[in-house]
Amino acid sequence: MAAPAIPAGRSARPAEARASRGLWSDAFRRLLRNGPALVGLFLIALFVLTAALAPVIAPYPPLAGSLADRLQPPTAEHWMGTDMQGRDEFSRVIFGAQVSLVAGVVSVVMGVTIGGLIGALAGGIGGKVDAVLMRVVDVMLSIPGILLAIGIVAWLDRGLPQIMFAVAMVNVPIFARILRGSLLSLREADYVTASRSVGASRGRLLARHMLPNSLTPLIVAATLALATAIIDVAGLGFLGLGPPDPRTPEWGTMLTDSTKFLRQAPWLIIFPGVAIVITAIGFNLLGDGLRESLDPRMKR
Amino acid sequence: MTASDSGAAPVVPALLEVRDLKVHFPIREGLIFERHVGDIRAVDGISFSMARGETLGLVGESGCGKSTTGRAIIRLYDPTAGNVVFDGVDTTSLDRSGLKAMRRRMQMIFQDPYASLDPRMTAGGIVAEPLDIHGVGAKRDRQDRVRELLATVGLNPDYAERYPHEFSGGQRQRIGVARALALEPDLIIADEPISALDVSIQAQIINLLERLQGRLGLAYLFIAHDLSVVRHISDRIAVMYLGRIVEVAGSKELNTAPLHPYTVALLSAIPIPDPVVESRRRRIILKGDVPSPANPPTGCRFHTRCWLRERLGDPEVCSAEDPGLRELSPGHTVACHFAEQVDGSAEQVQAVGARPAAGAAPAAPASRPEPPTHPQVPASA
Repeated sequence: MAAPAIPAGRSARPAEARASRGLWSDAFRRLLRNGPALVGLFLIALFVLTAALAPVIAPYPPLAGSLADRLQPPTAEHWMGTDMQGRDEFSRVIFGAQVSLVAGVVSVVMGVTIGGLIGALAGGIGGKVDAVLMRVVDVMLSIPGILLAIGIVAWLDRGLPQIMFAVAMVNVPIFARILRGSLLSLREADYVTASRSVGASRGRLLARHMLPNSLTPLIVAATLALATAIIDVAGLGFLGLGPPDPRTPEWGTMLTDSTKFLRQAPWLIIFPGVAIVITAIGFNLLGDGLRESLDPRMKR
Repeated sequence: MTASDSGAAPVVPALLEVRDLKVHFPIREGLIFERHVGDIRAVDGISFSMARGETLGLVGESGCGKSTTGRAIIRLYDPTAGNVVFDGVDTTSLDRSGLKAMRRRMQMIFQDPYASLDPRMTAGGIVAEPLDIHGVGAKRDRQDRVRELLATVGLNPDYAERYPHEFSGGQRQRIGVARALALEPDLIIADEPISALDVSIQAQIINLLERLQGRLGLAYLFIAHDLSVVRHISDRIAVMYLGRIVEVAGSKELNTAPLHPYTVALLSAIPIPDPVVESRRRRIILKGDVPSPANPPTGCRFHTRCWLRERLGDPEVCSAEDPGLRELSPGHTVACHFAEQVDGSAEQVQAVGARPAAGAAPAAPASRPEPPTHPQVPASA
């Protein structure tokens, strides 16, 4: 943007000197001024770092334990105590972050991709395509999410990829709806009409104007969906549909395993539970913050 | 403004000719098996023509079909019936590529400058889009052209990198004008281009449009609901009511000698900047609402609200016979069975706000009683 041609007198005016800012950088600036969003960002950073650096941080291997040390309360040696097999709970919670992060992110990305595709086809083409796709989506929405996920895992057999696919399918109809809705509202937007009146093709309208402008609600929804995806994965684990290897440190599975020892060792419930809650809160706070900073109507 | 102000029909071949244009939107019922239960007759048989470089004002209340007319001309809506002939070519019969070529020569300016610019594109990108779509010039030249266009509409060319939200309403509308100019069109359809702007900005945009017209020989179809704005910029004015044109005349003539009762009512709503005249005027308040365009009144569409019909004792012809457009004087056409009765009536005189005849006697010879509320202020000087 360096424009040497501008006379000195004019460039002195602040409006002229100020560099142009795009909508994204504007939104980012607003996000950094949003307290709750920063807390969310911090919690997510903590979660991601924990997952990435698990082998470095964890004081013990997550799978090895000695039965002699089983069900110990939190001590200086075992910060979160030990579980029924004498494994260090702290290390298991740390490694559990890996499963949650991978499963959460992969399932949401998968859900956004499939759901976005359906929504883009429905909202972009309209007519019969729209009617058929949306009826399918309606059917998917009519089944409670966790029930759908259980059904899919039961059908495809247990395993982490199956879990991720199941959680993705729970999110597919939601994303499809969101994208279709915003595409529909944009179809009659003046700037879309403007470019249609110039002679823009349907593909161009969709790619250049409608999709970029409908991404905002999708991004917000995806961030919020990360929270529910992590809870869903844990929920499947809690219901006994977690990773096939029962030793895998997965937060939901850890909860189930400890229910039998609720009275003797409540810390086994508390720590994985707190881990789930903190992560979910982090994504929720960031999602709300993103919504506020990306949506011009929420501008303060 | 190049065309004459007399309202005489243009002699040179028309740039745009609209013949019996109809745009109906179907009303459907039922979820799966949609039944066609009726039509919204947004535009129901209108005809007019425009010369090169002319400004035609199209006025009427909201919902009268004026915007639909504009959009049907540029083929954003497909006409239900009728023809739109642009420079000798009937656009209603064009295929895809023919339509695209035609759209190069017709452009549109929109009402709301906050809605008509894509918030995710830079000002430069927005202005360059028509050039991209039609593949005009090389990439490098396009940038220069964009800078030139921005300068033409009075914006700093260095603002090309900025996003719409960084501009004010007036500046945004200038970007919209620059976009419309990019392909050097012959006709610009301006759909209420200033009604969303602050009053102080409105004049700037009007002046910009007039300046550009003088320089580039543009024809404007200027759509507005406010006659006071339209009469300033237009050569001729067409008044629409409920999907029909009720009166067409030269701008000056329409404002000094309106012949349709509806036009008279519209004019009576414009305040006149003269306290003496204004205090004596009576606004014509039309009864009721505009009837539904799905079920328009029989005969003259205005008869349900017409003050003249009431005065004449509800003649049957008004509700029985559809008045066609009649040419009462050269270039002045009216669709009213009793247009002759309007001429010289007290309503017409008051609506156009003529000062009382020479001498300006305080006791005006108005046939109607004065409004009782206004205390008479002696006119000084």
